[in-house]
Order: sequence, then C-alpha cells, then structure tokens
Amino acid sequence: MAMYEEDVAVYDSRRPNEPTFAHSRPTTEPGWVKWTLILIGIAFMALVIVLPLVVVFIEAFRKGLETYLKSFSDRNAVAAIQLTLLVAVIAVPLNLVFGVAAAWAIAKYEFWGKAFLTTLIDLPFSISPVVSGMVYVLLFGAQGWFGQYLQDARIQIIFAVPGIVLATIFVTFPFIARELIPLMQDQGSQDEEAALSLGANGWQTFWRVTLPNIKWGLLYGVLLCNARAMGEFGAVSVVSGHIRGKTNTMPLHIEILYNEYNFAGAFAIASLLAMLALLTLIIKTVLEFRYGDELAGTRGH
Amino acid sequence: MDIRVEHVLKEFSRYPALDDVSLDIRSGELIALLGPSGSGKTTLLRLIAGLERPTAGQIFFGDEDASSKTVQERNVGFVFQAYALFRNMSVLENISFGLKVRPRATRPANADIRKRAMELLDLVQLSGMHDRFPQQLSGGQRQRVALARALAIEPRVLLLDEPFGALDAQVRKELRKWLREIHDKTGHTTVFVTHDQEEALELADRLVVMSRGKIEQVGSPDAIYDQPLNPFVFGFIGESSSLPVEIDNGEVWVGGRAVGLTADDTPVGHAQLYFRPHDVELVPEGAALAGVVAASRRVGGTRRVELEIGGNAQRVEIDLPFDHPAGEKTRIAFKPKRWKLYPAT
Repeated sequence: MAMYEEDVAVYDSRRPNEPTFAHSRPTTEPGWVKWTLILIGIAFMALVIVLPLVVVFIEAFRKGLETYLKSFSDRNAVAAIQLTLLVAVIAVPLNLVFGVAAAWAIAKYEFWGKAFLTTLIDLPFSISPVVSGMVYVLLFGAQGWFGQYLQDARIQIIFAVPGIVLATIFVTFPFIARELIPLMQDQGSQDEEAALSLGANGWQTFWRVTLPNIKWGLLYGVLLCNARAMGEFGAVSVVSGHIRGKTNTMPLHIEILYNEYNFAGAFAIASLLAMLALLTLIIKTVLEFRYGDELAGTRGH
Repeated sequence: MDIRVEHVLKEFSRYPALDDVSLDIRSGELIALLGPSGSGKTTLLRLIAGLERPTAGQIFFGDEDASSKTVQERNVGFVFQAYALFRNMSVLENISFGLKVRPRATRPANADIRKRAMELLDLVQLSGMHDRFPQQLSGGQRQRVALARALAIEPRVLLLDEPFGALDAQVRKELRKWLREIHDKTGHTTVFVTHDQEEALELADRLVVMSRGKIEQVGSPDAIYDQPLNPFVFGFIGESSSLPVEIDNGEVWVGGRAVGLTADDTPVGHAQLYFRPHDVELVPEGAALAGVVAASRRVGGTRRVELEIGGNAQRVEIDLPFDHPAGEKTRIAFKPKRWKLYPAT
C-alpha cells in the first residue's frame, strides 16, 4: 500500500499553494537566502583574507623587483631567515616525537587522568601566546625560578635561541598530537594486535604497521606544525629579546622593519611567509584530496 | 596441541568478564565458543591467545604453563573479526609478515618465505591474487588472506574471532564448508568464536555454550541440541517454546489438566516445559496441550503459529505444515515428541 503518490497533484486544503521552483527541495531555503549567504561569505573572505594577502605582495613589489630582492641580501634579514629555519628544524622533529608518543598513549592505552591529558594538549591553542612566552621568562629568565642555576652554569635560555625553540615547541605542540589522536583512536589496535600475534616485536610493529597507517595524517600534522613554527610571533617575541642578527626570527624582523618605516623590506620578508602559508595550504589540500580517508577529518586549525 | 584453561577469572575494571572458567580443548579438534554478546566468549579467546592476561587462573599449552607468556611466545594464529589486514601491504606481504619479522636466526630465506606464502595462497584458493591490496578484495577474500596469514607462522593453535561475522549469508555458507576442509587438511587445533548457533552446530566438533562469563555446557552438537542441561542452553540453541507447568504424580499438568507428558524424575511442583516448535505432533483433543491460534506466519516450508494455551494467555510456538487450514481462533491440540522439564528456581 503506497502511503502517498508523489506524482499526482492532490488538492490539499491544509497547505497553501506555494510557488514551486524547479529542482527546489522542501528542506532547502528559498533562493534569495542562499544567494545572500553566499554573497556575505564571499565579501567577507575577500575583505578579510584575500585583500590583505594581495596587499602583502603589492607592497613587497611596490618599489620594484630590485628593491624586493635586495631586502633579502640584508645581513639581518638573512640571519632572521636562518634562525627561523633553525627553530623549525629543531621544534618540528621534537614535536613529531612528542606528538606521536602522546597520541599513542591516549589512543591505545587506558590510564588514570587520560581525559585531563587530552584536554591539556589543547592548552597551547587556548592560551594567549604572550602568556606562553611569559612562562618561560618566569622559569628561565634572570629573575626566574631557575635563573640563578642557569646563570651559574652559564646557560642562556631567555633572549637566546633555546628560549625561542622552547616557546615555539610549546605553541606548536598540539598540531601533530591533535591530528593523530582521533586517527589512531579510529583505527583501534587490531592491526597492532595482529602484528604481535604474528610474532612481531613492539619496534617492528611500530615501523611496519602503525607508522604506515598514520603516515598521511602525520605528514599533515607536520605541515601545519611547521607553518606555525615559522610564523609564530607572540610567544617568540616575549622570549627573544629582539637582538638583531641574533635572536630575530622572520616575523620579529618584519615587525622591526615595519616600525622603522622600511615598508618594502617588511613586506618582502612578509611575502616569504605568505608564500610559505600558500604552499602549506596547497600541499594540505592535495593531501586532503588524495588521502582524505586516512586523515582524521576536515577539522581546520 | 592440547589446551587447558583452569579456573580463569578475568575482570575489566572490577566487572567480571569471565568467572572461574575451566575448559579442556583436545589436540586437533575444531571447537566453537558460542554465546550471546557479553557472554565472555571473545575474552576467553583473547586470553588463550595471550592478547589479555587473566586476573586469576592458568592456561596450559600441552603441559607448559602459558599464562605468563606473551602473545609472540605463544605462537598462535589469530584471525580477527575485522581481519586486521595490513592495508599498506599486498596480499603476499601480508601473508609473509609473520615469517619476515622473525629474528635472523630462525627466519627462512626470502625465496622460501615467498614459496611458503604462495603455497598458502593456493590453500586458501587465492592463487594469482598475490599482488592485490586488501582494499581490492571482497570480504570473503580478505577473510581467507587473514587465515593464510595466521597459518603462515605454523601456529600451535588457530583462533578465530567471529570469522564469518561480517560476510553475507551466501559467502558465509561457502566459507564455513571451506574452513572445515582446511581444518581437516591441516589438522590445527582450532577455536572459533561465534554468536551464530547454526554456524557452531554445523562446523564444530564440540561446542562451548557461554553466558554471562560462565560456561553453561560443553558437548558435541548432538548432545547440546538434544540434551540441553538448562533452560538457557535450550533457549539459545535452536528454536524453542516454553510453558510454565505443574509436576504432580509423575505427570505434567497445565491449568489443572494432565497433558499426557511424563515427568520422569522432575520434582513435584512448578516447572518449565521446553520443546522444539518443529518437534510436535498434532493429536485429537484429549490429554494433550491445546490452544487457540493467536498469530501465524510463514517460515520457509512451514507455517509457524502462536498458540494461546489455557486461560492465562501463555503463548507457545509450534510449526504446522504450510497448507494446514488453521486460521485465527482455530483450536489446535498437540503433543511435543521430545521435551525437557526444568524445575522452577
């Protein structure tokens, strides 16, 4: 018995005759709502995201290609770029190890305080970067908790590269762990159990089974982690001390140049960071497109 | 390999998943752990494998106490419910995995590993599929790869967790027959977990019926089906109907009438009568169970009717020939050909 017949027009006194649009579905809003929303979205994106990005490149090239290229031959600019790369090269691999370890612990084991740890991992996302930097100053600074010991041992952390690395690690810690936790929870431990039952030891299981299963998610996390590590400003600004040619990363160098009204130079370095961001975005999109099912989903950061 | 499970207790955060379970598994037999979900059957299988550690009790492989051995040391072939094939490896690599991860001293030469894997592929009837990846295989094929992978390490015992759970009915039947053949060919002691009683009855030499962390009955399919020890087993294995009855004078009474069934040594008082719906005969009214048809439905080649017995509206199900003229409200008298009585607790 058919409940109702779709194709037969039946006069129904309870329902007013609404104009029917071709292909319009009963659960969809009318056309003007749809187009208004789309227009608001596009206008907002253009104003807030696309325009600033375009400005970066326009300003960078305002005084011509020669000035643009010259900005990079400045001694301090080179030092800033080198320092940024150095910080990323240290921070990202460390976070890779920490992230995998944390994700493994949370996804595969049950232990007391697990929910708390999971929440704690997100702390760097929710805390102000200035605070992230301040805590290290309070810990390792000259007047900090460990300041005296460090001074005696002639180790300088604050206003030096180690502090910048520490602050960067802190700020970028969640990227890899957050990417891997849902992925590993979703995959469960059956593959690992299978490998163990076949005689593999823990190390073999990790390299041959676990790692291949998470490799795209891991790459995705590393990518985002790297982009943030190179671009971090707030926390690094607090611990760096802004010593030109020594403790200035690219974002800090940009600020200094800008404050000195060297717009062309500031935007030239900024364009480099913007290009890094675009490149990250492209690789990320390719990864999502090709290996979407092996990533933890489409959560944006 | 004989396996002995002795007084095993397994608790998950204080909740007992297995409560004092003992079981002897004989070398070379195909044994089924059967029970509803939450009965502890998978936990028992994982304990035998070494994927879980018992809270108390011991597990022996032959004469050797395996309780504290790791899963690697126990050398068991475990086939997981969802197969757990390594998706980044081809079929051949999956099957060779267990041999390739062996320490150098006991690892066969690469050529030998390949040869062995190819033989196993033949055994599971997947010749020519060696360079496929798990995603390119059907469910039934994955199942067979998982089995070949488990067999590759020459396990002392083969353990299968719901081996046919994720397959459709047709493939299940084929694979069931095929698993029996493989077992007869290789002679491995095999334990498999299932919630499908039909599968267990058809495939296994012996059945272990479990419920709520305990073993209810162990026996051959015939023994379990024909001589269920308790109402749970009767109700869980095969179709069953039950009816509260009175026992007096060596006879079964329903609603103050003797129904012509002997009670043998069942004690006087309340009891529960169990019988199989298909194992009844229709009789003229008299000393028999009689009821009014309350509902009927066609089940394959027979018609299953629900009868309301007596005034207190107890319902039982029996099978009638599909062309039996009984309609609603028809009065039917019948006698079970075989029945069991369990004293009310």
